[in-house]
Amino acid sequence: MRAFTTLTGVAAPLPMANVDTDKIIPSRFLKTIERTGLGRHLFDGLRYTPQGEERPDFVLNQPAYRSAEILIAHENFGCGSSREHAPWALLDFGIRCVIAPDFADIFYNNCFKNGILPIRLPRAVCDALMEDAALGGNARITIDLPRQVVIRPDGEEIAFDIEAMRKHLLVEGLDDIGQTLQRAPAIDRFEHRRTVEQSWFPSVSAAF
Amino acid sequence: MAAPRTLFDKVWDAHVVDRFDDGTAVLYIDRHLVHEVTSPQAFEGLRAAGRPVRRPDATLAVADHNVPTEARDRPIAEPQSALQVATLERNVAAFGVPYIPLTSEAQGIVHVVGPEQGASLPGMTIVCGDSHTSTHGALGALAFGIGTSEVEHVLATQTLLQKPAKNMLVQVDGRLGVGVTAKDVMLEIIRTIGTAGGNGHVIEFAGEVIRDLDMAGRMTICNMSIEAGARAGMVAPDETTFAFVRGRRFAPKGEDFDRAVAWWRTLASDEGAQYDRVVRLRGEDIRPNVTWGTSPEDVIAIDGVVPDPAAETDPARAAGLQRMLDYMDLHAGQRIDSVPVDVVFIGSCTNSRLEDLRAAARIVEGRHVASGVRALVVPGSGIVRRMAEEEGLDRIFLDAGFEWREAGCSMCLGMNEDKLRPGQRCASTSNRNFEGRQGPGGRTHLCSPPMAAAAAVLGRLGDVRELARVREEAV
Repeated sequence: MRAFTTLTGVAAPLPMANVDTDKIIPSRFLKTIERTGLGRHLFDGLRYTPQGEERPDFVLNQPAYRSAEILIAHENFGCGSSREHAPWALLDFGIRCVIAPDFADIFYNNCFKNGILPIRLPRAVCDALMEDAALGGNARITIDLPRQVVIRPDGEEIAFDIEAMRKHLLVEGLDDIGQTLQRAPAIDRFEHRRTVEQSWFPSVSAAF
Repeated sequence: MAAPRTLFDKVWDAHVVDRFDDGTAVLYIDRHLVHEVTSPQAFEGLRAAGRPVRRPDATLAVADHNVPTEARDRPIAEPQSALQVATLERNVAAFGVPYIPLTSEAQGIVHVVGPEQGASLPGMTIVCGDSHTSTHGALGALAFGIGTSEVEHVLATQTLLQKPAKNMLVQVDGRLGVGVTAKDVMLEIIRTIGTAGGNGHVIEFAGEVIRDLDMAGRMTICNMSIEAGARAGMVAPDETTFAFVRGRRFAPKGEDFDRAVAWWRTLASDEGAQYDRVVRLRGEDIRPNVTWGTSPEDVIAIDGVVPDPAAETDPARAAGLQRMLDYMDLHAGQRIDSVPVDVVFIGSCTNSRLEDLRAAARIVEGRHVASGVRALVVPGSGIVRRMAEEEGLDRIFLDAGFEWREAGCSMCLGMNEDKLRPGQRCASTSNRNFEGRQGPGGRTHLCSPPMAAAAAVLGRLGDVRELARVREEAV
């Protein structure tokens, strides 16, 4: 996983609440067996007409935002399905940070597994950042994860919260399977205790 | 004395393997259900790292999202769907994971299959790369959806790194009126707390109305916990639960079953257990519900009217409402029971169990689907399908002009051949009414199986209680 330390880039404003994962990447594009290549279908229904032509009014189709790396949205971003294809599509397009008042739990969690930083900031702050973003390509916003600040184009710094462990994994670019496997003896002990104390506990056999 | 604990606290505590300094737990996972859409990249990750599946005997795989619901004797026509199912079959063979093939009667929607096979049991931790894993919480399990990276994590370690959730209690007291179902209760709950209302929480559903529900109804409720933003929904296991579990294929047998029940009985929340949030509803206040917009919180009773964006003070919210009305081709103040439908879909992990099909068949029997309406019934598993046929439900639906399909996710999500065409309007027993969810440009009205059956007969959204009353008067 690519580490996330600082990012300076164009931010795209998406002033919508409840942006669900079907909006981020519709189900019909989930048939891939790869993690890459989903960026061209990011926000497919909002971005293209049914005939496949770009909708010029959609933010990511406007010249100033085509290379956006930060997305700013309203409440409950990423609600709906658990599809990791949603952060994969954002990442494949080039979005590495999403700022919103709050996020749906599974989407929030999935972002960290893919080097995307989701930042929770109050609605009024998101609206102010959207006004910055509306200035277009010249209004670059900086995210400094080690210092936990968003830096506006005028230099004002806005602090944000993030759990220490999530920050550590993201800054170091660590995959958490390796970290968990270091705890394998504890997992072994748990399974052993289960076979002693709850010997009725059934397993699944392969015969179908 | 130990502090009183909730059902969630008890199941959580019983599965903590280890803790990191910041409170993150290594949580043991008892059952991992796997399907074809969210697993290919996880198996690929294992392969790249040279890691095995730690507990194939705690894992069960089945294909459901992509599978055609007719002509099952032929290969899957759509190449990408065929590739995803073939990839799952290759992966389960390579890693030794138990798999229910498309040719098995046991095949079906993963959230119908797990409980039906007794693979999902009370007190378990259950995960699947699918947000509707919350369904299995109806058994008193802690069951939640995960992303593909976490699917890989569970395959490799049989654990997940988790912070404990907050506890929410949703108490539904009293009794439900005639024609009001578990689906109407859950739509009412989502309307009340909103699609973000449960964020960060596990919801425990309790109260007389929940106690009186059968397991299918409890599964409908827990299934849509995710639509309320909650990671999981749970119902304390009771006699209804134990009777459901007894004798199922992978459930404990004989003395083992009795020992399991003895533990399961200890899981109910203690007297005085603390919840971070409590929401109370009365069953008598709930009417047959339907959604009008493109978020599952956009719920109104069937005799209600479509809301007016002009009544909103927040301009962003007003713009959102107007966008929904435009997408749904509805106008402010319109009676929802005047809205004609093109398609009726009875199925999905929310409402495709035998009890759901019976409830729909009772409305359909002796009637006919309105002209111009396409209506499908898609059982949740091959076993549900066979049991329904043994009761003659297939004849009732077929005689009324419904299509009677093979098991799968079908028209819930537009990943297989069953989907809406642009502009089509559907009364659907599924769980999401997002834009394009049932096919690009499709318009979804979520409702219960009897309400969907009524819509099929009337050719419009309508009050199932009127049809039920007509029938009683005729008798």
